[in-house]
Amino acid sequence: MKKETLKVAGLALEVFEDGRGEPLLFVHSGGGFQPNEPYVALLAKSRRLVAPSHPGFGHSELPDWLDTPDDIAYIYLELMDRLGLQKVDLVGSSLGGWIAAEMASKAPERFRKLVLVAPVGVKTGPVDKLDIPDIYAVPQERVSQWLFRDPAKHTVDTARLSDDELTVMVRNRETVAMLVWEPWMHNPKLKHRLHRATMPTLFLRGESDGLVSADYLERYARLMPHARIETIANAAHAVQVEQPEAFAAKVLGFLDG
Amino acid sequence: MQAWHFTETAYPFLPPADTYESVRVNLPNRIYDPDKGAALYDRYLREWQIAEEEGVEIMMNEHHQTVTCVDPAAPLMMAAVARVTSKARILILGNPVANRHQPVRVAEEMAMIDILSHGRLEAGFVRGVPYELLPANSNPVRMNERHWEALDLIVKTWTHHDGPFSHEGRFFHYRAINIWPRPMQQPHPPVWVSTTSASGAQNVGAHGFVQATFLTGYEGTRSVYESYRRGWRAAGRGENVPIDRLAYAALVYVGETESRAYEGADKLLWYLNANKVPRHYATPPGYAGTAATVAALKAAGATTQGDHANFGRNMKVETAMERGILFCGTPGQVHQQIRKFYKHVGGFGHLLIMGQAGFLEHDDTVHGIRMFAREVYPRLKEEYPGTRISGEFEETRAEAEARGVAAAGRGTPLG
Repeated sequence: MKKETLKVAGLALEVFEDGRGEPLLFVHSGGGFQPNEPYVALLAKSRRLVAPSHPGFGHSELPDWLDTPDDIAYIYLELMDRLGLQKVDLVGSSLGGWIAAEMASKAPERFRKLVLVAPVGVKTGPVDKLDIPDIYAVPQERVSQWLFRDPAKHTVDTARLSDDELTVMVRNRETVAMLVWEPWMHNPKLKHRLHRATMPTLFLRGESDGLVSADYLERYARLMPHARIETIANAAHAVQVEQPEAFAAKVLGFLDG
Repeated sequence: MQAWHFTETAYPFLPPADTYESVRVNLPNRIYDPDKGAALYDRYLREWQIAEEEGVEIMMNEHHQTVTCVDPAAPLMMAAVARVTSKARILILGNPVANRHQPVRVAEEMAMIDILSHGRLEAGFVRGVPYELLPANSNPVRMNERHWEALDLIVKTWTHHDGPFSHEGRFFHYRAINIWPRPMQQPHPPVWVSTTSASGAQNVGAHGFVQATFLTGYEGTRSVYESYRRGWRAAGRGENVPIDRLAYAALVYVGETESRAYEGADKLLWYLNANKVPRHYATPPGYAGTAATVAALKAAGATTQGDHANFGRNMKVETAMERGILFCGTPGQVHQQIRKFYKHVGGFGHLLIMGQAGFLEHDDTVHGIRMFAREVYPRLKEEYPGTRISGEFEETRAEAEARGVAAAGRGTPLG
């Protein structure tokens, strides 16, 4: 997989690219972009896959003025200009789904189709209940259960990571906290902008997702004119990691259909 | 040397430790009995008055959603203390300005207290412990940047007297800052900052503020002070750092006998031993900074597993004394311990005495305050006037070896 550093909006952005075909812009989740995950190759088989590391993730720079997914959405619109991508299919996962939703609401004409995988980003539930549970108020084991149907398969042994890998992991976590802390996991403006995103949209959710509930996703999808929801079995929040084949099949089936 | 009596105004009446996850953040406040709480406030206020009567200064702090310190609005407590005392300096250490979203309001509160106390305010600012972030709903990332922007703005707010000025910074925005009242002390009340990081202490030194550090022991304290002194000198404040720029907070209990002192000290250790906090509240991402977190992960490895990293170790009096976080014994013993610590860290001018905690009852607290004030404090004042120079190391090799440190010649950093 090709990796290069591009200067976009004044900051150095790490951008991965692989495959040939119609461009697919992939906007990663809070865990950062992991090029070796099996779903990546599956998507790149029939598509030109472009996957930047968000500012503050991987080796992408974090400018001191940036603190919201909304900011990142503007940077990615500029990245598309920079790469000459006039119109793409857009896939965003979790935190990346939030960024993708922001992008789609700002420049709907730049996106042919949109896939939001267990996205966060809107607040639609009651005032006295978090739409997304607080991942910083419970033990890590609990968070892992929300993320994975089978957490034991996905434990990271930090002792086996290089200094660089450890730094990336720690930095990714910090940037997630910065982006989601307040308001918790959402931009209050986004739900009033999403009606602009008129492209065909698919919401995907793992059936055991402990972070993004089925109700939440239904309310989210209702904010968009042409959205539908599909569920992937035997997966929790990290759908593409736990069920790469089913995930790739759903995404490509929708985009190519 | 100036000494300060400090109590965290704890509410110690906890149910058995295995019935709750944490003493901070999520312990239901139904456990708090308002009548007992009111009696505790009465008592702690009385102890601050007694400290004043004994010639000791007064210190308080602020925490949120915790039994360890039931003073979530320390400026309110300060206002009360300002009116029931008349001579002592009153130190807040401090205002958690990275978690308070209105720095100008903090400047106003401090100015009011300075007037209410007729110019006795010492205004401290702290970054705050990690468990404060959730109660404050305050972002753990870029706290340091918020802290310094707020602090600089507060000092400007105190010292600007010609009508409104504006501030359009990275984190705070105001169009017309013009506080009433302004502080009594000119140009502004003394500023204290507590920090434990090298870069933080260097910055405090560059500003010339008073640097405080809590329970950092022999080596930690020395390295914080070294950073402060570097920052002070690099900012062109001169070669000599007076000791009154440096403060150390320790548990202190002086008894008329050694056994009474140890009994009192054992109760003070409640601060450390009751602090049951789960890892997820103690380590929010971003609080410690990337490099420090990576280093901690590498150093700790598999041993960091477990929900309550620092709970259940039951710190003992002897261990706490060895580490330099507790001074305890007869007056002569405590005097020697403080001297030894003073020499090791290169000198400090303020001893912040955590002289009450947990189940240390009123009479024992007062005994400790009086024994210190009457038997130890006069010697410290005489030996260490605030104008003495910090950073002159006098510890001999024999002294260092006696303490178990490998090598320490005069002026040799101990790393």
